[in-house]
Amino acid sequence: MSQSYNRGLIEDFGRWKEFSAGMWAWIFHKFTGWMLIGYLFTHIAVLSTAIGAAQGETMMLASEQVDVYTGTIQGLESLFIIRVLEVGLLAVAVFHILNGLRLLMVDLGIGLTAQDKSFYASLILTGVITVASVPTFLTGVGL
Amino acid sequence: MSTQQQEPETQEAPEDPEMKGTQSPQERRLEEKESGLTEDADSAGDLEGETVHLKVFRYDPEVEGKQEPRFDDFHVPFEKGMTVLDAVMYARDEYDSSLTFRHSCRQAVCGSDAFFVNGKQRLGCKTQIVELEQPVRIEPLPHQEVVKDLVVDMDHFYDQMHAVEPYFQDEETPAAADLEEQRQSPENREKIKMSSRCIWCGACMSSCNIAAGDNEYLGPAAINKAYKFAMDDRESEAIKEHRLRILEQEHGVWRCQTQFSCTEVCPKDIPLTEHIQELKREAVKKNLKFW
Repeated sequence: MSQSYNRGLIEDFGRWKEFSAGMWAWIFHKFTGWMLIGYLFTHIAVLSTAIGAAQGETMMLASEQVDVYTGTIQGLESLFIIRVLEVGLLAVAVFHILNGLRLLMVDLGIGLTAQDKSFYASLILTGVITVASVPTFLTGVGL
Repeated sequence: MSTQQQEPETQEAPEDPEMKGTQSPQERRLEEKESGLTEDADSAGDLEGETVHLKVFRYDPEVEGKQEPRFDDFHVPFEKGMTVLDAVMYARDEYDSSLTFRHSCRQAVCGSDAFFVNGKQRLGCKTQIVELEQPVRIEPLPHQEVVKDLVVDMDHFYDQMHAVEPYFQDEETPAAADLEEQRQSPENREKIKMSSRCIWCGACMSSCNIAAGDNEYLGPAAINKAYKFAMDDRESEAIKEHRLRILEQEHGVWRCQTQFSCTEVCPKDIPLTEHIQELKREAVKKNLKFW
């Protein structure tokens, strides 16, 4: 062959409107997976304050002397942005779980012809659960 | 000729569970066609006597001034039942004889004319113009080098196909003198039926996101080919194991991330993802030991 033309990656994100259900499921699963890994690190960071608390470390929270673990958690929970992020975290986790079940079915070879429907179902369920969780997550926090 | 047809005699439903209950892709399409019948008739009526606007990818490394890829517009008179292939053939025959693309049988058997039509890998001869939005954008298959216009380099695809040893292997082939046949059970034939429909068009490989990023990945078509032989009962266990050893390598079945892109674009409705998943399970079963 004398010469040929490499068009590179055609199905880049510029073509997102043409992506099929299975493709979206894959992208969302990857994305939520990385989000959960990221959360894991912040989770460990927050929980590790319990080590300090066990050694008697204290901090001031709303002019009150509390142990460092309770203080960190209560301090974070009083922030509106943290509550919103928690709703987001729930959405991400729920989708990852539901789509994970879907992928489990796919791996077992069950209902492969309905794979797009099961993706939409997991999306809708995620939405419903997330919306239902909003009152719980946003109680007692001032804007 | 009248378009009215006699109702064919009702056939008995096949016993095989694969064919019963679940809707086949063809049945689904027929249903869609039926439900949208009036709509289709309308749109066909609209197009009658009109032209189809094609936007065709052009590239020619041998002619100066054509080395920069571009899109050419063609306005082809519409005919009832016109396929994408018919349209590009008309454009080539009537407007621009340098327009290059592969085609041969024109009935979805040879697998030459897989194009990237309106953002999806489709077989040109199997895609009706009426089903597409205009302008119809026709490009060569993505993730393959373009040789000229709509012609892509298929060498890599064929290499992957051959890598899985796509031929029947059996040491116990009866001697020709015995005139004995190697019979396959009907059940086993049903099992590999869909996988045997592959026409090597390369649409699946081109649609696969993983194959695009990993050049060593066997790809859906090759794995499907391997499935056809690995699931054939007439081959011995040893050969099946040999086949699974090829498939379970790093760039074999485990690269599949079940995006279903291949299954979606396959013009022969082969459940590619299902076959890949089944081979994954076979590969695990082979290696699983509880002692």
